[in-house]
Amino acid sequence: MHLRFVLRRLAMLAVSLLVASFVIFSAIFLAPGNPIAALSGGRSLPPESLRTLEVRYHLDQPFLVQYWYWLSNAVHGNLGLSITLRENVSDLIASRISTTAGLVLYASILIIVLGVSLGILSGFRPGLLDTSTLVVTAVSASLPAFVAAIVLILVFAVQLQWFPSLGNGIGFLDQVRHLTLPAFALAVSSLAIVARVTRSAIREEARREHVQTAISRGIPTAQLIRRHVLRNAAIPITTISGITVASLIAVAAVVEVVFGLAGLGAYLVQSAQSKDLAVVQGISLLLVTAFVLVNVLVDVLYAVLDPRVSLGSRAQ
Amino acid sequence: MSVAAGLAAGAVRRYRAGRRFRTSPAIVVSGSVIVAATVVAVAGPLLAPYNPDLPQLSQYFFGPSPEHLLGFDASGRDVMSRLLYGARTSMLGPLAVTLMCMTLGSLLAVTAAWRGGALDAVISSGLDILFAFPGILLAVLAAAVFGAGLVAPVLALSVAYTPYVARVLRGAALRERAQLYVAALEVQGASGVAICLRHLIPNLLHLIVAQATTLFGYAMVDLAAISFLGLGVQPPNADWGVMVSENQQGIIQGFPLPALAAGICIVVVVVAFNILGERLYERGEARQ
Repeated sequence: MHLRFVLRRLAMLAVSLLVASFVIFSAIFLAPGNPIAALSGGRSLPPESLRTLEVRYHLDQPFLVQYWYWLSNAVHGNLGLSITLRENVSDLIASRISTTAGLVLYASILIIVLGVSLGILSGFRPGLLDTSTLVVTAVSASLPAFVAAIVLILVFAVQLQWFPSLGNGIGFLDQVRHLTLPAFALAVSSLAIVARVTRSAIREEARREHVQTAISRGIPTAQLIRRHVLRNAAIPITTISGITVASLIAVAAVVEVVFGLAGLGAYLVQSAQSKDLAVVQGISLLLVTAFVLVNVLVDVLYAVLDPRVSLGSRAQ
Repeated sequence: MSVAAGLAAGAVRRYRAGRRFRTSPAIVVSGSVIVAATVVAVAGPLLAPYNPDLPQLSQYFFGPSPEHLLGFDASGRDVMSRLLYGARTSMLGPLAVTLMCMTLGSLLAVTAAWRGGALDAVISSGLDILFAFPGILLAVLAAAVFGAGLVAPVLALSVAYTPYVARVLRGAALRERAQLYVAALEVQGASGVAICLRHLIPNLLHLIVAQATTLFGYAMVDLAAISFLGLGVQPPNADWGVMVSENQQGIIQGFPLPALAAGICIVVVVVAFNILGERLYERGEARQ
C-alpha cells in the first residue's frame, strides 16, 4: 500500500473533522437564546457579574476566537458544562460511551457474520434458500430500526419472554443479554443490505472468465471459492459492510431510546429536547469523529484489498 | 458518425426509453402502493371515518371493532382515522427532502462535470467533506438548534443526502459529457447551459428518477425516526412515526395493534419505493 494514499486520506480526515467541528460550533452559536441567560438560569445579574461571566467564557471575543477556544478545549477533552445537570459534558459522555460502543460493536458483529454468511450461502446455492433470502431481505432492508425494535420487543420480550425489553443490566453477561434485542433491531436492515450485496458480488465474480478458466482447469471447489471468488468479491463486501457499520453510529440513538438504554444517542436526543446545547455539541462532535474514523478505516482496508485504489486509478 | 447522427443519438435514446418501458409485477405492485399512499396523503381527511384528534379516554387501547377497524390508541383516538390523516405529513416530509436534494444534487453534479477543472475539484471535495455528517445526526442537531418540527430536519436531511446523489450523478454526467452528440452541439455553437438543460439532464433523467425514488424511501425512514424521537412532527398532530412512539407502551401492555399499524404503513410504503427505485435503476443500466 502506498504511503501517499494513506497521507492523502489522513489529510482529508483532518479537513473533514475541522469543517464538521466548525459546523457544529456555528450551529450552536447561531441558536436562538443567550448563553448568559442559560448560565444564570434566567435571573438578572449585576453588570459586573455579567462582565466576569463574559470574560470567563470568552463571550466578549469575536466568533472565530470563540471557536478556537472551544476547539482547543474539546481536543483536550474539555467540552464545557451541561446546563441541566451542572456537570462536565466529558464526564457525562464518559459514563455513557460504553453502552453505545457495545451496542454498535454487537450490531456490527451480527451484520458482518450473519449478513456475509447469508449472502455467501444464497450466492452459491440458487434455489429455495436463495429465493426466500431475497424476499425476506427486500423487506427487512427497508425496516426502520424503531419498527424492528417494537416487533422484536413484542415477539421476544412480551410473547416468548426470552430477553428483557428495557434497561442496561448489571454484569457482563446480563449486559450482553440486555443488548441482544437492541443489537438485532439496529442490525436488521444493514444485515439485509450486506447479504444482498454479498450475494450479487459472488454471482458476479462466479460468472467471470478467470473463474470459468479455473473450473475448466479442475481446481477443487473449496479452493476455487476461497481464492478466485471470495478474494475478488471481498472488495464490494468490505465497502458495503463499512458503510453500513458507520451508519449504525447515528441510528443507535433511535434504538437506545426504544429500549431505554443509557447511551450517548439517547442522551443526545434528550439534550436536544431540553436544549442543553453544550451536551448536543459534545456528543455530535464525538459521533461525527467516530463516523469519519470508521470511514477512513474502511477506505484504507479497501486499498489493502484492491491495490489499484492506492495507485491512484480509483476503481469506479 | 456524422454530426446529424450524433445529434440523433440522444433523441433516439429518449424516444426508445418511452417505448421500452415494459411493466413487471414488482413494478405494478410497488407502483400501486405508491399511488395509493399518495391518494391517501391528498384525500386522507375525506376518507377518515372519525375525528383523528378526538380523545375518548374510556376507549383507551380498545378494539378493534366493526366500526373501528384498527381500534383506539393510547389516548382513545380512532387509529384508522389517525393513520389516514398522518399519511400527509409522513409523505410530505420525504417529498420535500427528495425535491430539494435532487435539485441541489443534479445542479452540483452537472456543473462539476460540465466545467471540470478547479470548480469540479472544489465541488467534489466539498461533497466529500459533507459525507462526514450522518443524516440523522445532522437532523437531530438542526432540531436542537432551530427547534423541533418538520422544517429543520427536512433541511438537514436534504443537505446530508446531497453528496450521495451528486457523486453518482457526477459520474454519469461525465460519461454523458464525453458523448459525440455533446461535441456536435458544441461545434454548432449551442451554449453550455442549453446543452445541459435540453440534452444532458434529460438523458440523465432515468438515473435521476431512479435515485429520487430510492431517496424518498430513505428520507421517509429517517424522518419517521426523527418524529419518533420527538424532534420532528409534534403531537397531537398525526404522523406515522409519532404514532409508533405514542403507542409504544401498548406493545408491553398487550395492545400492539396501534403501534404496529403505523409501523406497517411506514414499512409498506418504504419497501414499495425501494423496490421501484431498484427496478428503475436496473432498467436504466440495461439501456446504457
